[in-house]
Amino acid sequence: MAEAGASIEIKSLYKIFGSDAAHYVKLVKEGMGKAELNQRHGRVLGLKDINISMPAGGIQVVMGLSGSGKSTLIRHINRLIDPTAGEVLVDGTDVVKMNEGELRAFRRSRTAMVFQRFALLPHRTVLGNTVYGLEVRGMPRAQQNEAATRWIERVGLKGFADRYPNQLSGGMQQRVGLARALATDAPILLMDEAFSALDPLIRTDMQSILLELQKEIRKTVVFITHDLDEALRLGDRIAILRDGEIIQQGTGQDIVLKPANGYIAKFVQEVNRGRVLLVSSVMSPAGRGGESDPASGPAIAETATLEEALQQMTQAGARAARVTDAKDRPVGRLTMDAVVSAMVTPVESDVAGG
Amino acid sequence: MHWLSTFPHLNDDFLRMLKKSIDSGFRDFTRAYGDPIESFFSPLQYFLIHSERFLTNTPWPIILLLIAAIAWLGSRDWKVVLSTVATLVVIGLFDMWDDTMKTISMIFVSTVLSVVIGIPIGIAMSRSDRLRNAINPVLDVMQTMPSFVYLIPVVMLLGIGKVPGLIAVVVYAIPPVIRLTDLGIRLVDKDVLEAADAYGSSSWQKLKNVQMPLALPTIMAGINQTIMMALAMVVIAAMIGVEGLGQPVLKAIANQYFTLGVFNGLAIVGIAIIFDRVSQAFGRRLQKHREIIHG
Ligand SMILES: Nc1ncnc2c1ncn2[C@@H]1O[C@H](COP(=O)(O)OP(=O)(O)O)[C@@H](O)[C@H]1O
Ligand SMILES: [Mg+2]
Repeated sequence: MAEAGASIEIKSLYKIFGSDAAHYVKLVKEGMGKAELNQRHGRVLGLKDINISMPAGGIQVVMGLSGSGKSTLIRHINRLIDPTAGEVLVDGTDVVKMNEGELRAFRRSRTAMVFQRFALLPHRTVLGNTVYGLEVRGMPRAQQNEAATRWIERVGLKGFADRYPNQLSGGMQQRVGLARALATDAPILLMDEAFSALDPLIRTDMQSILLELQKEIRKTVVFITHDLDEALRLGDRIAILRDGEIIQQGTGQDIVLKPANGYIAKFVQEVNRGRVLLVSSVMSPAGRGGESDPASGPAIAETATLEEALQQMTQAGARAARVTDAKDRPVGRLTMDAVVSAMVTPVESDVAGG
Repeated sequence: MHWLSTFPHLNDDFLRMLKKSIDSGFRDFTRAYGDPIESFFSPLQYFLIHSERFLTNTPWPIILLLIAAIAWLGSRDWKVVLSTVATLVVIGLFDMWDDTMKTISMIFVSTVLSVVIGIPIGIAMSRSDRLRNAINPVLDVMQTMPSFVYLIPVVMLLGIGKVPGLIAVVVYAIPPVIRLTDLGIRLVDKDVLEAADAYGSSSWQKLKNVQMPLALPTIMAGINQTIMMALAMVVIAAMIGVEGLGQPVLKAIANQYFTLGVFNGLAIVGIAIIFDRVSQAFGRRLQKHREIIHG
């Protein structure tokens, strides 16, 4: 019954803040940078040549420091911000070309959004907030309440439907924000630093809730964060933004193992690699290497983290292990040496200068 | 050196002509359009008369109960209700019940009218800076012009009576509703407004679900000020025939009846305090859900 995700494709997207922006796109396309554009012409380069393809049903994380253009980027997907140039295709339809009526219909049915500072209606109860997207659509009251009540329970707020937002903690308020978004059953879920305002423990809780729900709802989630740990935990794919440009995109494994430049490498240094890297990224695939005895050692799932693999190998007293897929078929071999060297952060000189 | 001691003014004859021609022009206008204008305002007349008749003809215990009930609904505070009842009882004992009812009726009608006209204007102003810049100076003039002055054209057009009095009161009292509606809407949290946009709200839905509810406490403060200004206008409006507590005050000034003046003056103060406490308590209750209890 629930509607699974829609694909999003962003093509050559540019955003320049300030008047007469179209004129300055040319300069930017010819290579003018953010600092120069600002100093010489007083325009702010928000986004530069963004190209991202987000398959339906996955979690796309966009990561970057404050001011890198994350909020600007996510607001182009439901066109809360109009681009200066470029296309935003949702299931093949260009959002940029929609007229006012089409855009409103698109926002009502195709996208839902969760905000950093919750943005709840203070004069409405939890239930009143959760029904908002459905109410705007003109759904009958009874149906609104039914759907909203279901989601309020799913996000763990059973019994709080009649409270007002100011009676709830930050974590609970964001659950309301999440329930409001999910109640619309829109295929696209936009989350702009949705968990950044929360305490670390509550934040991890919310991440778990999101991952748990996502297994079932399979929305296309666009998740903004400035925190690499959060990005690695949630993202099927990650794009890293700096000064309005994407400087690397790929899976979390790609980014940790092969940071594109020194800037990203510096972030990656802080990561607990044992808990992030997966066996599948480090193993030597079956059929290559000609191992002497592919049947020796314990069996380890390819989706296990290196830390888990290390535990199992140590327990078994083995220096090597067989890697298996979900159906227990052998897919490769893993050696203790490979695990250990992957877990150690490479020295800076290895990656610097990229 | 004559031109130094008195300011060189325009020719006396010219000024006399100017005033005369404006006045006679206005008089002609009145003669030509007075009747249609009067009939245009006749619904107000109807509203005024019925509201006054209701308050003065209904047996006083019912009115007292009704006002107490309104005070309770507005404030949910027994102290406010008790002092309201006490004030009205004292007013009644001093034989000012009828005049007080007439004044309350006038304030009620002029407040309703100010709200009905003022809120849409305030909303329009909040949407357009151009309009705001055009209307603000007009509001400044309305508030600073001595109130006696605009009694004159109103009286010329509509004569003496309730309706001209009502119009004079509304003109004087409406600016706060307009200004604070505009301000309240402009101060609405941008994040919440963005959320409403993100879920595809139309501009009417945004107004109804977000802007008006969040601006309501500010608008209530404006209505409170409007009520107070309308009360302040009661004595002046009495000069053009508005009945109520203003009339005895005028009589007291003319005849130097000190006590009569003080009693009626205190009655005006009494109902001002009632209106103020009830509407402020109501405003505070509207704010209740905005206080931050959790961080
Ligand atoms: N409306 C605006 N006008 C001018 N500059 C803006 C506007 N919105 C954002 N910016 C600028 O664009 C850049 C990116 O902002 P933003 O997308 O909010 O970053 P982030 O969400 O990553 O912190 C910043 O330099 C910011 O100052
Ligand atoms: Mg941001």
